[in-house]
Amino acid sequence: MPGNTTKTFAWVPLLGIILLAGFPYFSEFFGLDYYTGFVMRLMILMIIVTSLNFLLGYGGMIALGHAGFIGIGSYAMVALVEAGITSVWLLWLGATAITAIGAALIGLVVLRTRGIYFLMSTLAFAEMVYYVAVSLRRYGGDDGYILSTPLTFGFGFDPMDTNTLYAVVLAAFILAFAFFNRMVDSRFGKTITGIRDNPVRMQALGYPTFKLQLQAFVIGSAVAGLGGAMMMTQNGFISPTTIHWTHSAELMVIVALGGMGYKWGAILGAGLWGVLKEFLPQLTEYWHWPMGLLVILIILFAPNGLWALVSRESATQSGGLFKFIRRQA
Amino acid sequence: MSLFSAKGLIKNFHSLRATDNVSIDVNPNEVHALIGPNGAGKSTLVNLISGLLPVDAGTITLDGRDITGLKAHERVHAGLSRCFQVTNLFKDISVMDNLRLAVQAHDGNNFKVFGIRNNERLLNDKARELGAKVGLEGDAVLDSIAGSLPHGAQRQLDIALALAANPKVLLLDEPMAGMGQDESARVVEMIKGLRQHMAILLIEHDMEAVFQLADRISVLVYGKVITTGTVDQIRNDPKVQEVYLGSETSHG
Repeated sequence: MPGNTTKTFAWVPLLGIILLAGFPYFSEFFGLDYYTGFVMRLMILMIIVTSLNFLLGYGGMIALGHAGFIGIGSYAMVALVEAGITSVWLLWLGATAITAIGAALIGLVVLRTRGIYFLMSTLAFAEMVYYVAVSLRRYGGDDGYILSTPLTFGFGFDPMDTNTLYAVVLAAFILAFAFFNRMVDSRFGKTITGIRDNPVRMQALGYPTFKLQLQAFVIGSAVAGLGGAMMMTQNGFISPTTIHWTHSAELMVIVALGGMGYKWGAILGAGLWGVLKEFLPQLTEYWHWPMGLLVILIILFAPNGLWALVSRESATQSGGLFKFIRRQA
Repeated sequence: MSLFSAKGLIKNFHSLRATDNVSIDVNPNEVHALIGPNGAGKSTLVNLISGLLPVDAGTITLDGRDITGLKAHERVHAGLSRCFQVTNLFKDISVMDNLRLAVQAHDGNNFKVFGIRNNERLLNDKARELGAKVGLEGDAVLDSIAGSLPHGAQRQLDIALALAANPKVLLLDEPMAGMGQDESARVVEMIKGLRQHMAILLIEHDMEAVFQLADRISVLVYGKVITTGTVDQIRNDPKVQEVYLGSETSHG
């Protein structure tokens, strides 16, 4: 089903990469340095929601605890920094690995449930992570943790230099996006969508559905942990509010707005959400109003997300958050 | 020595005993049919045998191996495959993608996260071969969305999915349900071909088909097997006529 659209617009991702790569020079030239950091934050957000889209859209695992894994990643990094590690690579790797272990343990429990029960149990675990973070006096408790140790990329590259970190984040963003997009067309990806569509039949075909879903859950969550470590590196600060369930819900809304189960859906959602959240408050103090209005409009007129409006893929290919909620109701 | 045997299967749903001490066996290359009126517990029995429901008591052996403790997907790998009474496909993807998914389950490593699956030539060839086994051929059919196929073709695909495992024993749960006479006749021919390669436990309402295909027939009533015998024995058994044939002989 590779429609003409995919071929005609094949240059769009390339153009996007060129624009993103050139952005720091552009912003420096026009004295908009601040926005380099903003775009970097946006790219980290896109990595995180892409991993969430894999779980929600392709895996049909409607999890409301993604921020919990961001939190595990961030605090794992804090623990590793406190243990004396300063290499950003090692910190990110360690944070990802620890999040993966956490996700495996949580997955063993939550994947025994389905539908709304799955949603509630992922939420419960994320809240547990939140309360653990709040009570961790060593790492600042509910005040959060401020990174004071200087970190390093090695070879004399300094992550405190925005442009250096920007380049690394851009590379990670491209890799992560390519990884997930490739994965959904792989054997593994096809089994995951098969389980989403018909778990009983998958068992009858001989697939160990629990194990496969657990693997997918670990992959998706570990990447959120990596995103958390990246946020930590950029901001030099983590607060337990990052883990709060409202943040998980926000991530879910981003994916749903963009188009759950569409390759570009989460990216579109994150771009739109991030830009609005950045610029609306500059225009009006009451920026929540237009934001809420937008969400309602999208639910009414594009229930499968914005990407569904332009995509030729049928809506059935993706679950759709609102369809899911309707099924549960 | 039978290839497949279930002994003393019991399943209770609260106070209802849906499966009451059922024993049934299938010999190599045999078609053993299980008949019974609605509500006799046929579907429960199929789910117990295929592992979708746990048994309360009893043992299931396949080719000399005790598979009672195996999960549904492990039983498939042990050589016990099933079809579904209500056609159970991946309705939103193409026929070819259904077949690929079935082949993939028994072909190599599925934790492959790179490599575009649909470009795997060997897998595609095997998927086409599998489709051909049940008469689903040609790009027009293979590329159509599974849910858009006519009912008969969907049943054929359902059977193909079960065949991907190369089962020793195939569990067919009412394969003729909801079919017209022509379609039914086609499936009968198909099952005749399949029995050359495997043993079949056939759960079926269509008596015409059962009498044509079965070597032995067991009759299930209220969760119990009341009798097992050859076609002629069952036809002439007054007990069977009373509970089953008398009321439900003519079934489309």
